[in-house]
Amino acid sequence: MEDDAPVIYGLEFQARALTAQTAETDAIRFVVGTQSLKFDNQIHIIDFDDENNMINKSVLLHDAGEIWHISGSPADKAVLTTCYSKTSESRVLTCAAVWRMPPEWESGSHESPDDSSNNPQTLELLCHLDNTTHGSVACVLWEPMGDGKRVISLAENHVLLWDLQESSTKATISSSATLEGKGQLKFTAGKWSPHHNSTQLATANDTAIRGWDLRSMSQIYCIESAHGQLVRDLDFNPNKQYYLASCGDDCKVKFWDVRHINEPVKCLEEHSHWVWSVRYNHSHDQLLLTGSSDSRVILSNMVSISSEPFGHLVDDDELSDNEESQQEDKGKEPLRDSIIATYEEHEDSVYAVEWSAADPWLFASLSYDGRLVINRVPRALKYRILL
Amino acid sequence: SFPGITAIQRQRETHIYSGWSLMGRRLACLSATTPPDSDPTGRRQVHSMLKLYYGMNEEGKVESLDPCDINGPHFDPEVYLNKLRKECSLGELMDHESCTVKQIRSLDSDMQTLVYENYNKFISATDTIRKMKNDFKKMEDEMDCLSANMAAITEFSAHISGTLQDQHAQITKLSGVHTLLRKLQFLFELPARLNKCLELQAYAQAVSAHRRARCVLQQYSHMPSFRGIQDDCHVIMEQLAQQLRQKFRDGGSSAKDLSECVELLLQLDEPAEELCDKFLSHAQSRLEADLQGLEAELIDSLVTDTDILEFIDRGCNEFVSNLCLVIASYQELFINHPQEGELASKKIPEMANGKLHVFVDTLAARYFSLVERRIQEEKGVGDNSLLVRALDRFHRRLQAISKLLPGSAVPSQGTEIVVRAARERIKQYLSALQTFYHDSLTDVRQALAAPRGATSKDATPSLPELLTSLSNFILNQLKSVLASVHLFTAKDITFSNKPYFKGEFCSQGVREGLVVSFIKFICQSSRQYCESAGDRGGSTPPALLLLLSRLCLDYETSTISYILTLTDEQFLVQHHTPVTPVTALCAEAREAAQKLLNHYVKVQGLIISQMLRKSVETRDWVNTIEPRNVRAVMKRVVEDTTSIDVQVGLLYEEGVRKAHSSDSSKRTFSVYSSSRQQIRYAPSYTPSAPMDTSLLSNIHKLFSERIDIFSPVEFNKVSVLTGIIKISLKTFLECVRLRTFGRYGLQQIQVDCHYLQMYLWRFVSDENLVHFLLDEIVGSAAHRCLDPSPMEQSVIEVICERG
Repeated sequence: MEDDAPVIYGLEFQARALTAQTAETDAIRFVVGTQSLKFDNQIHIIDFDDENNMINKSVLLHDAGEIWHISGSPADKAVLTTCYSKTSESRVLTCAAVWRMPPEWESGSHESPDDSSNNPQTLELLCHLDNTTHGSVACVLWEPMGDGKRVISLAENHVLLWDLQESSTKATISSSATLEGKGQLKFTAGKWSPHHNSTQLATANDTAIRGWDLRSMSQIYCIESAHGQLVRDLDFNPNKQYYLASCGDDCKVKFWDVRHINEPVKCLEEHSHWVWSVRYNHSHDQLLLTGSSDSRVILSNMVSISSEPFGHLVDDDELSDNEESQQEDKGKEPLRDSIIATYEEHEDSVYAVEWSAADPWLFASLSYDGRLVINRVPRALKYRILL
Repeated sequence: SFPGITAIQRQRETHIYSGWSLMGRRLACLSATTPPDSDPTGRRQVHSMLKLYYGMNEEGKVESLDPCDINGPHFDPEVYLNKLRKECSLGELMDHESCTVKQIRSLDSDMQTLVYENYNKFISATDTIRKMKNDFKKMEDEMDCLSANMAAITEFSAHISGTLQDQHAQITKLSGVHTLLRKLQFLFELPARLNKCLELQAYAQAVSAHRRARCVLQQYSHMPSFRGIQDDCHVIMEQLAQQLRQKFRDGGSSAKDLSECVELLLQLDEPAEELCDKFLSHAQSRLEADLQGLEAELIDSLVTDTDILEFIDRGCNEFVSNLCLVIASYQELFINHPQEGELASKKIPEMANGKLHVFVDTLAARYFSLVERRIQEEKGVGDNSLLVRALDRFHRRLQAISKLLPGSAVPSQGTEIVVRAARERIKQYLSALQTFYHDSLTDVRQALAAPRGATSKDATPSLPELLTSLSNFILNQLKSVLASVHLFTAKDITFSNKPYFKGEFCSQGVREGLVVSFIKFICQSSRQYCESAGDRGGSTPPALLLLLSRLCLDYETSTISYILTLTDEQFLVQHHTPVTPVTALCAEAREAAQKLLNHYVKVQGLIISQMLRKSVETRDWVNTIEPRNVRAVMKRVVEDTTSIDVQVGLLYEEGVRKAHSSDSSKRTFSVYSSSRQQIRYAPSYTPSAPMDTSLLSNIHKLFSERIDIFSPVEFNKVSVLTGIIKISLKTFLECVRLRTFGRYGLQQIQVDCHYLQMYLWRFVSDENLVHFLLDEIVGSAAHRCLDPSPMEQSVIEVICERG
């Protein structure tokens, strides 16, 4: 059972921002934002054709500035937000905006991909998430599984909850919270929990992870020194409401039960440099993806703390029907926590990894030199989880 | 030419010849009666010749085989003559002849004397024989007369015995009646006699008298007179038995009395079982008093702090010796005492033995529990000899019981107590060692911390001294513990030859339980330093990590095998059970050393990265002024790296660099860097070709190996420093990539990187690594620059030289 080779796509510019198109459930589609101070920045929309193992790309111009963060609306696949830096009067400020992709991009790219790169279309600005009073925006989070009307932006030490109105052309702050404390506090990352009716948010600043209740906009928990150094990224377990994973500059990936914040549930130390991104698989939460500035992407299988700790549950009827399969099951060892694969296709730091929204067995990783790599979960493991 | 002379000569020779042959024959029959010769040598000669003749060789003297020896048995006159003729002159021959003739003559006279003497003796013998013949004839007549007389005597004797026969039978009968009467009298007098005995307390006599009469009385009890006597006796004996029982119960009497008492009671058909029970219960009360005394002392000892030896002594002297006495007297009474008649059939010994075992076991169990409680009180690990001596005494005294009571489980239980105590002791020593280790680490920590507060320079030179003193402390402590434990196996200790102490104690106890566990503990606690410090702020000083790492490495290379060899030699460990091999321990120590060193690199790298990171993050790189100096933080980085280099150099060897470092002076390096950098960065500053920058660096990456930042380091200075510098520079790079730079910002980075290049290359194994990372940093900064116009290389150099 030979696994398909990874598919590699190169961008001309350096890039950090990667997201899967959340609202798209049929096509495997990733969106990448470039970082260049000298040229017009672009948004690359990469369609992956699973059957032919081929990539179709379309490029949209994003002339507002270099893109630090990108995320797609969960409701409308044409809507996305970016965090971009804007230089004015020798001052660099990272702003955020909501954009709509021009309606023709899909058809246009299919007909003549060469033309589209020559004469790229521009994103249509829907609205700015005005942050002049709050400072640089670290990231913008859409309400998970929401109707695409609520976003949160993390600006310096502020949590801002925005309501998008009039088909997202107008954004108003509905509520906000500010993190007070010693020194210059600055959020580095955040995640909107898909559990509890989307009323919880987790943020990272320096070495701490904090939980917020969005109804009261108050802190509900705080894991002080969750990592030895800066926390770079967070992700919620999609199936277990109290579990979240974090990663940081101490090369570790930690798993937390937010009800018991004194000790991590589990700790992985596989990377040899800072871990920049951690992502749970949306369907099978034992699969965990991490990207690091040691240029590696690691796919781990964390069975013991997943929602299926004993593997796929087999129905009793099936067992009695087929005794052979039962014996086969006995021969199978239960899966243990392990690294499934280390992907070394990158040659520069990997700042972003994402699972595909459409195919749970597929993921993309982006390194600073602009290389996007699309990989699949090894088939052997896939069948083992499914069967 | 002189035929005349030759003829004479020949004549003489024949004469001499015949003379000698004659002499030889005479000599042969010479006897002891040879008259004494005046000449002592001649006499000796004669003696030896006689001996020769009778085959009595003088000891060791080899018979002369010389045919020329005139006195030898192998004398050959022909040869002799020839010899003489050849050797001697005529004059000598003449002398010789006259000498020979003289000798012959003297021999002849000797012969004659002998013959005369023999003849005389013969004649006197003949006379004696004749006289004897006459005497014998007279004797024969007298013998005939004697035999006739004897026949007459025999006849008379037969006659007399025939007449006396009747009277003899009568006398026999009379004597039988007399005996019977005497017996009857004894019976009739018995009650009175018994009474008297009772009065006089001569119980033994009474019992033996009664015993003699008992059967007869039983047999004739149908006759009234005898019956009366029997009843009387019964009453009396009952009384007697009562008295005996009383005496037995009182118990105050001596052991001898007691034994007599028991013996008599047994003879009086008293049930043996009851007696045993009584005896034992009586003994028990006394022994229990001893035990209570011991218990009281046990409680006292907690307060008054008497040592264990005293306690055991008291236990031995009071309880154990009393117990032995009881066992001995009991055995004397009930078991070893030879039983006669019906008593023998009752199997008393078996029953009594069973009772004795139960008795001893219960008491010993209580004693043991007391002893064990006392042993548990022994917690101080200072002086082991007292405990060992106490245990030895305890064990030795129990051997007495095993001799007295061969089947008893008591001695083996005692041995078990000793074994348990020994095991406990090993555990205590292990924990003592562990606390000692922790304490000495705390000391080291303080020593590391103290001078740092005063003068930072004093802290580093003492590092190797601290290491040696620490490792010596530990080793000495371990040795002293081994010596203490070794007391358990000393030859003069009775229990040291038990199989446990020969085998398991040495291998499982001392080697595994103590030495191996301790080494493992060191490794484990060292590893803990890495784990706990990583998460929670890193309270362990880096110097301690370095020191521990070196300690573990030393253990791996020599100390472990030394310690284990020492242990094996001291304890003559025979490995019946599998033991931890030296290699496994060494591997563990090495692993710990590696982990500690990696952690050290991480911690030190982190300290430097933190500085770099702060310096990049807090500065406004867009609106900065033109660089005039190297930033202070870079100097600080170089300083810190140098001091780390010194620190590591104190404990670790230099390590190997890539070959070219020998001739890579500062100058060639700067040429290299400037030429390379200009080539590399020139295109990237022309806006028309954005791809070229990454192309070059990508090509570089294609051919260079992937750099693992937090990777394991080797045990040498260069590798450690390389690790630290890698971590620092990579952090620098990542931080630069997150910022946006103005023109002067980029130039400042250029200056800083050049400064780092100037100083850092000498610390690392492969200077290309530093070049590569610094190139990356400058390249990234150029990318992130709004107005990328680099500074002239020469200006950079000037600034760096100056700063």
